Amino acid sequence: MPAARVEIKASAELKRVMAAYYEEIRQAAEEGKGKVAWCTSVGPAEILYALGFRVYFPENHGAMLGAARLSSSLIPAANSIGYSPDICSYLTSDIGAYLKGETPLKKAYGLKSIPRPDVLVYNTNQCRDVQDWFSFYQREFNVPLVGVSTPHPVPELGEAHVRAVEAQLESLIEPLEKVAGTKLDTAELRKVVALSRECSDLWGRVLRTGAHIPSPISFFDGCIHMGPAVVLRGRKEAVEYYKILLAELEGRIKDGVAAVPGERIRLYWEGMPVWGRLRDLSELCISLRACFVVSTYCNSWIFDELDPSRPLESMARAYTKLFINRTEQIKEAYIRELVREFKVHGVVFHDSKTCPNNANSRYGMPRRLAGAGIPTLTFNGDLCDLRLYSDAQVRTSLEAFVEQLTGSAGAQEAKGRGQERP
Amino acid sequence: MRELYLGVDVGSWSTKAVLIDGQRRPVGKGIRRSGVDLARATEECRAEALAAAGARAEDIRRAIATGFGRDAVAFANGFRTEISCHARGAFHHFPGEMTVVDIGGQDSKVIRVGAQGRHMSFRMNRKCAAGTGAFLEETAIKLSVPSEKLSELAARSTKRIQLGSFCTVFTSTEILGLIRRGERVEDIARGLLASVAARIVEMEPLSGTVVLTGGVIAHQPFLKEIFEQDHGLRVLVPPDPQFIGALGAALYAAD
Repeated sequence: MPAARVEIKASAELKRVMAAYYEEIRQAAEEGKGKVAWCTSVGPAEILYALGFRVYFPENHGAMLGAARLSSSLIPAANSIGYSPDICSYLTSDIGAYLKGETPLKKAYGLKSIPRPDVLVYNTNQCRDVQDWFSFYQREFNVPLVGVSTPHPVPELGEAHVRAVEAQLESLIEPLEKVAGTKLDTAELRKVVALSRECSDLWGRVLRTGAHIPSPISFFDGCIHMGPAVVLRGRKEAVEYYKILLAELEGRIKDGVAAVPGERIRLYWEGMPVWGRLRDLSELCISLRACFVVSTYCNSWIFDELDPSRPLESMARAYTKLFINRTEQIKEAYIRELVREFKVHGVVFHDSKTCPNNANSRYGMPRRLAGAGIPTLTFNGDLCDLRLYSDAQVRTSLEAFVEQLTGSAGAQEAKGRGQERP
Repeated sequence: MRELYLGVDVGSWSTKAVLIDGQRRPVGKGIRRSGVDLARATEECRAEALAAAGARAEDIRRAIATGFGRDAVAFANGFRTEISCHARGAFHHFPGEMTVVDIGGQDSKVIRVGAQGRHMSFRMNRKCAAGTGAFLEETAIKLSVPSEKLSELAARSTKRIQLGSFCTVFTSTEILGLIRRGERVEDIARGLLASVAARIVEMEPLSGTVVLTGGVIAHQPFLKEIFEQDHGLRVLVPPDPQFIGALGAALYAAD
């Protein structure tokens, strides 16, 4: 019988850090202590922090709505004003919440509502939806909307790509300075980029602990603990937090503490999380003694190109080099490398209905990987809209995949395996 | 006391039980509509299988449950997914490498089985009725025939009709158009079965030996001909195809 699951102790500190982050935003929005910029999750946050903005990330809000399982009741409100149920369910959840005046930020962090933006800043490196999402709020709040249109999908990153994005980043500065009421201090930008890089490096080290057998961290843990890497990169609070988390995970490795007690199967999660099912899926995996030890999703906030000596250029590189913005060939090579590095037994693709840009099973990749001897499973679901997700189908698929990987379907090998009634 | 092993497959449409003896020979079976009381359905299936075998509950050494409702089997000693169970049950009848196509009431699966009986990989249908028994249940209503008559009608078809949509609702609308156009019910029935086969072939390229299992082939035997005629496949259907999942579970119980 494997040992009981051990909770990550740093979770308490995570809650404190996130609460402090939202308190700053609340003070800016409700007490006039600073300006609020909305930013896409892999947008140019460093410029915004260097200009003194409080930076709010609607995608974090979308994930919160999904995790709170509120999306299915909010999305129809967005649908009714013309936002299709087939587009990004972060977008439709968030706009639906706005239309209905609902937000989990009230209960969780004491905000009266989502914070009113002074400016909206996007980067299309993830998808076009973010631009259309922010355009809605531009019309609602009548505030400036600025952003970067990143070339997509990018093969090997060329200088032309970098220059095109860097020029766009430069062109953001003037309008943002106007809203901030201050000039961008290059020294401050370098400092923020340095902190962002430090956060990114620590987050990368946190995730790489998953390469250890057994893994001290699962994908589901990663989805929770990635918060500061998304919303506070460029701030010292994120750096401090990941030092604490990393120390704990390294201690777990030393003490042999596994995220999934009795880990026997190591899996790769490809695609978006199913935010409303993190706990259920985590518990299912624990019962199967299968651990998602690595994911492209959590890795997407590792920006190893950031360089304070070349702030804008390195930001252009980092934010264009993003996995989600790359060609199928580069994505496949990346996944194969991680499968090898993390000693993964199988790759599970989440074909997220409303996130085509980050559903990487749609152009034949699972079959190509399987052809190369890497077992794969694809299941249908969604990041937020649980109406597109079947608990029973996903459970059966994951259990059958584990049976496949453990060889338990074999006539001679079945003995003593599978799920016994306690 | 006898040495018997029980497999119970609680599907979305029906619950099946198979009892085998120590030599892995089927000695009894039972089937019920799953309905709303899964516990009752499983108990009745077990009782029917025991009665057929002339055995008592104490003779059952071990029971394995499978299917979407497997948690409802209170007397099960363990669980397996229906993917493993269909692979195991099909391999029992046709030992060797094959592709098992299990078409059930609410879902369908394509399972690759290796030469040693292991399931090597599998695909499940999307969250959609296309390519499942539910599609046939729904569309048969539009033809005003019981769904179990579709196969008989399709066998008398003289014209191939290809349905344009895979959506159950759109297909129902399309059927109304075909009826208005004067198409024969026999040809539309074949078109419906052909639609199910087409959805399966879209899930995974099929080749080699294909074994059809599950409730749909049990009630629509003409589907075998459709796979062979329309897709050029070599298709085998085991005895009692609806019970293959339960048989696989019983074989696991006997391990």
